[in-house]
Amino acid sequence: MSNDDERQARTRGLAFTAKSQLMTADDVTRAVRRMAHEIVERNHDVASLSIIGLQTGGRAPASALASILAEISGQPVSAGMLDVSFYRDDLSRNPLVTSSATNIDHDLTDRTVVLVDDVLFTGRTIRAALNALSDWGRPRAVQLAVLVDRGHRELPIRPDYVGKNLPTSPDEAIVATHEGVWIGTREPS
Amino acid sequence: MIESIRGRSLLSLDDLSKEAIVEVLDTAESFVEVNRRSIKKVPALKGRVVASLFFEESTRTRLSFETAAKRLSADVLSLAVASSSVKKGESLRDTIATIDALGIDAVVMRHRSSGAALQVSRYVPHVRVINGGDGQHQHPTQGLLDAFTIRQILSERHDTTGLESGASLFEGLRILIVGDIRHSRVARSDVAAYATLGAEVRLCAPGTLLPEDVKTWPVTVAGDFDDALAWADVVGLLRLQSERGSGAFVASLSEFTFSHGLTVERARCLKSDALIMHPGPMNRGVEIDSRVVDSSRAVVERQVSNGVPIRMAVLYLSVAGSREG
Repeated sequence: MSNDDERQARTRGLAFTAKSQLMTADDVTRAVRRMAHEIVERNHDVASLSIIGLQTGGRAPASALASILAEISGQPVSAGMLDVSFYRDDLSRNPLVTSSATNIDHDLTDRTVVLVDDVLFTGRTIRAALNALSDWGRPRAVQLAVLVDRGHRELPIRPDYVGKNLPTSPDEAIVATHEGVWIGTREPS
Repeated sequence: MIESIRGRSLLSLDDLSKEAIVEVLDTAESFVEVNRRSIKKVPALKGRVVASLFFEESTRTRLSFETAAKRLSADVLSLAVASSSVKKGESLRDTIATIDALGIDAVVMRHRSSGAALQVSRYVPHVRVINGGDGQHQHPTQGLLDAFTIRQILSERHDTTGLESGASLFEGLRILIVGDIRHSRVARSDVAAYATLGAEVRLCAPGTLLPEDVKTWPVTVAGDFDDALAWADVVGLLRLQSERGSGAFVASLSEFTFSHGLTVERARCLKSDALIMHPGPMNRGVEIDSRVVDSSRAVVERQVSNGVPIRMAVLYLSVAGSREG
């Protein structure tokens, strides 16, 4: 588990207990590489792509995707980070997650944005991200890449690129980093 | 000790833990970034109503609180006391009851009486009360933004970020507070913030302008002003508050300037990288010389511009947060 995951879990007063490992570090690397190829396949003009990771879980996969895309296409790829804490619709229902910085240094108007996150669950984070993006311009298109799709959507949102589909039950917890993917439980520590 | 202001009123910095203060400073870092965007607005408090009640005059605090609330998408009810029923003699309790009846989530208030914010938080326990200055008691957001400004500048010097540094840059930091401490709510909030974060705080003032209970404060009192200036990493000046009767505590303004004003000559005692702070409004030529204000060591403008992100952080944590979390 990365420091950020630990920090967030602490903020919520929850500790993650792993039950079993579903993907190894190598599996994750291969999945990210495959997603990068799928992105190039669908978007021939890599120069117009902006790879935007969602803080904090999407940070590592987004920078991995951006560097593989640069390697495949031979040209630099624009990347950034987006924090959606202030755009959530469940602020009053859940404890606040410590916010972290947004870092997008270019106008997103007329670009193709690929949002990147670690786990896709209810879709509410993505809904917040779509709202937040509109403050940075009007992208030509927005696509979604996730390491793990665990189902249980509460909004009409679907990913364009998926590392792995993992059917889960709603009370299970998933941790997905570049070191691997685990399933387990979160309980008050 | 309050471990976090999430879902709570902010009345004083005296009872906030180090973690609670660092949480506000960290949250404000995110809002600094929001304030640099071309669209400086996030929907975090959409549909919430924040009332701004300034029973005492104010420029920067009121403007920066209202700007902060609007940038969080809250609706702002602003009571202009001079043209309200307060002038007809309506009591604080009735004014609050009237505003509460309109349906509000938070009140930002300033009042000339110490303890007024606490009193209001008892009248309307379901409303979050943010103290914007109560008499000589506390001015919590000023204390927070002063601490934030110090952390921001020191972390830039150390080539790190405020988030990474947490409270570590305050460990052993020498902060001198000079001037009309007796009448200053800013001094009380600054001392609470700095001491809780781990800084060494020293006060310097004419004996008549020191608070009577200074022995209970977490500070030392300096004997010689010039020595104290040479000792300090940060110097916080305070306004001589003539409206609170400071005039009766010093022989004359020029006497005060002579003994405790930061003149150009005195500023030479300071370390070359010392920070000079002032909460404003300044009496140029009384507690601080104009040429010192305009020198590069003075960070007064930074303090003002940090007012908005700090107040956004306070409103966000207090109003959007739920106490159960």
